[in-house]
Amino acid sequence: MCCRRPVLAPRDGLRRGDTGSGDTGGGDTGGDGGTARHGDTGPGGAVPSGRMVRLRRSRNRNPGLPWVLWIPAGLALALVVLPVVGLLVRTDYTRLPQLLTSDAALSALRLSLVTALLSTIACVVLGVPLAVVLARARGRGVRLVRAVVLLPLVLPPVVGGLALLFLLGRNGFLGYLLDVVAGVSVPFTTTAVVIAQTFVAMPFLVVSLEGALRGGGQRYELVAATLGARPWTVFRRVTLPLLLPALGSGVVLSFARALGEFGATITFAGSLEGVTRTLPLEVYAQAQADVDSAVALALLLIVVAVVVIAVARPKAFDR
Amino acid sequence: MSLHVDVAATRGRFTLDVAFDVPGGGVLAVLGPNGSGKSTLLQCLAGLLVPDRGTVTLGERTLSSVPGVQVPVHDRGIGLLAQDPLLLPHLTVAENVAFGPRSQGSTRTRARAQARAWIREVDAVELAGRKPAQLSGGQAQRVAIARALAGRPRALLLDEPLSALDVDAAPAVRGLLRRVLRRSGAADDRSGAVSERDRCAVLVTHDPLDALALADDVVVLDAGRIVERGPAKEVLAAPRTPFTARIAGLNLVPGVAAADGLHASDGRFVAGVRSDDCAAGEPAVAVFAPGAVAVHPAHAPHTGSPRNVVDARVASLEPHGAVIRLRTAGDGGVAAGIAADLTPASVAELGLEPGSAVRLEVKAASVAVHAAVESPSPFRAAEP
Repeated sequence: MCCRRPVLAPRDGLRRGDTGSGDTGGGDTGGDGGTARHGDTGPGGAVPSGRMVRLRRSRNRNPGLPWVLWIPAGLALALVVLPVVGLLVRTDYTRLPQLLTSDAALSALRLSLVTALLSTIACVVLGVPLAVVLARARGRGVRLVRAVVLLPLVLPPVVGGLALLFLLGRNGFLGYLLDVVAGVSVPFTTTAVVIAQTFVAMPFLVVSLEGALRGGGQRYELVAATLGARPWTVFRRVTLPLLLPALGSGVVLSFARALGEFGATITFAGSLEGVTRTLPLEVYAQAQADVDSAVALALLLIVVAVVVIAVARPKAFDR
Repeated sequence: MSLHVDVAATRGRFTLDVAFDVPGGGVLAVLGPNGSGKSTLLQCLAGLLVPDRGTVTLGERTLSSVPGVQVPVHDRGIGLLAQDPLLLPHLTVAENVAFGPRSQGSTRTRARAQARAWIREVDAVELAGRKPAQLSGGQAQRVAIARALAGRPRALLLDEPLSALDVDAAPAVRGLLRRVLRRSGAADDRSGAVSERDRCAVLVTHDPLDALALADDVVVLDAGRIVERGPAKEVLAAPRTPFTARIAGLNLVPGVAAADGLHASDGRFVAGVRSDDCAAGEPAVAVFAPGAVAVHPAHAPHTGSPRNVVDARVASLEPHGAVIRLRTAGDGGVAAGIAADLTPASVAELGLEPGSAVRLEVKAASVAVHAAVESPSPFRAAEP
């Protein structure tokens, strides 16, 4: 009596009642695929019994994989795993503690974490409104703006760093203005690191949020408005909460991207120890002098990345 | 709070052009198939779509007037109950219901109290702490009704509110809607600015039963235009256009519900199956399909199981798809205006023609008795 999936249930050969309380409500009966997303990722999610039903179903429904796929899939996996294994094998574990606790390594790690955190915050503060505007605003210019926003995704980071340098450098028009008016010079400072990382990482956040916003549609926002909620209230109490799951994975993605940023940073901020030399830059610098040290730092980067994924575990990685 | 609508809107090649009035406290059903313009009309009323021409007025207030006025969605005082309950998934039932009052500036305590009252009203007290994902379809729609009403709308739009529910859940929700929409208004103690007697509603549906159970009046929409309008029972029982007949397509006998059927207004008893949303002694309609009516020669001996037998005279015989639709003559009483579907072969065998006397039989099991709005309708829809 409580089933809301008139479409799915019969096809799966289950009695309607079988889906029971596992139903995820909201979007599941909706016609468009996007609404199902809210059901899947929404807070509360599926009740355990429902999740089990779903798993069992998907196993039953699998019509078998063509064996040909296993070969390229295996190669792809090897491409990802083997280099990391190579790194692990190559590591000099006796010198590892000493290498990792060197002043240069610690300061690079600290700088990396701080700048990546700051740029992630900047991404959220600036990226969330941008994503909402891009997803909801109507107009001819929006499509063009979207293309521009995605530019850093396809641009080589070095080019991005160069562009930032020509904007904010001493000879850039904004940089010149800042220098003359406020006496501030941005390039080759920690601020420059944060700006470079934000520049590169923000599109990841915007893209994942915009996808969620479009997929979810505006039906919840509409119903909230008919209840008398003003646009700001709708944004605060409906749009944002519904966006949280996507925001989680967007934040992790952009933090990881900021942490690994190299090209734009070295071009725009240089590689000054303690000021702009983040972990990736330190790895690169050490690779020239002491390979063992570079390998140890690389291992550190991997550990940090794994911890980030394990702690945040965005839904995008779960599936 | 009466609603006055006179709008035209074009979307692509489709044009909607309608005018109607809903008096305060009235419920108007907008009946039509998919693509007839029902959702475009709703969007115009809700403020999502700016009409090309015309006005929407609620009470004394102009909500849309082209050119010039377009009151935004949140400021129109028009509530929406959609097919999908659309409960906010991150809020509990109680928070969902309190959303309207909160958004309109009530304090937290006050909003909570109002939500509690409405949750009690829809018999969902035990669900108050749950998340929408833990509700069945019927429960969620009940909560959605409470939420829509807690928003104290001056007019309520109902967009196919029962069509997403399964057969078991729909009657109970329909019954609840009847209760909250049709209430006399005496029991309005909910500190709402708008007395419930004043609140009007527009019900968009493709199900004639919903219209019968909930609405005073019906407008029938086809390709963006109103093709028929009038009191629900009259329009649906005696469709004047073939189009309405096709969507209605049902025989209706008004009367008062009894335990195992219905007492028709002419005193005759119609045996049938009473639906859950209908209590004995309430105004009701007996509904049966033309295909369920068996036609016999007049004065044929009555044998077999059908418990409803009536003598009538043939008024018309018209092809209706693959069958011939017979309509009985008369100007009142149960036997008048009944539609029966026959194959051309049986028409020939019985030698039927307009004026022939016939005996009609309907099995009680084919007759559904549904609660209906008390007749006669308190108002008539305005003519265009």
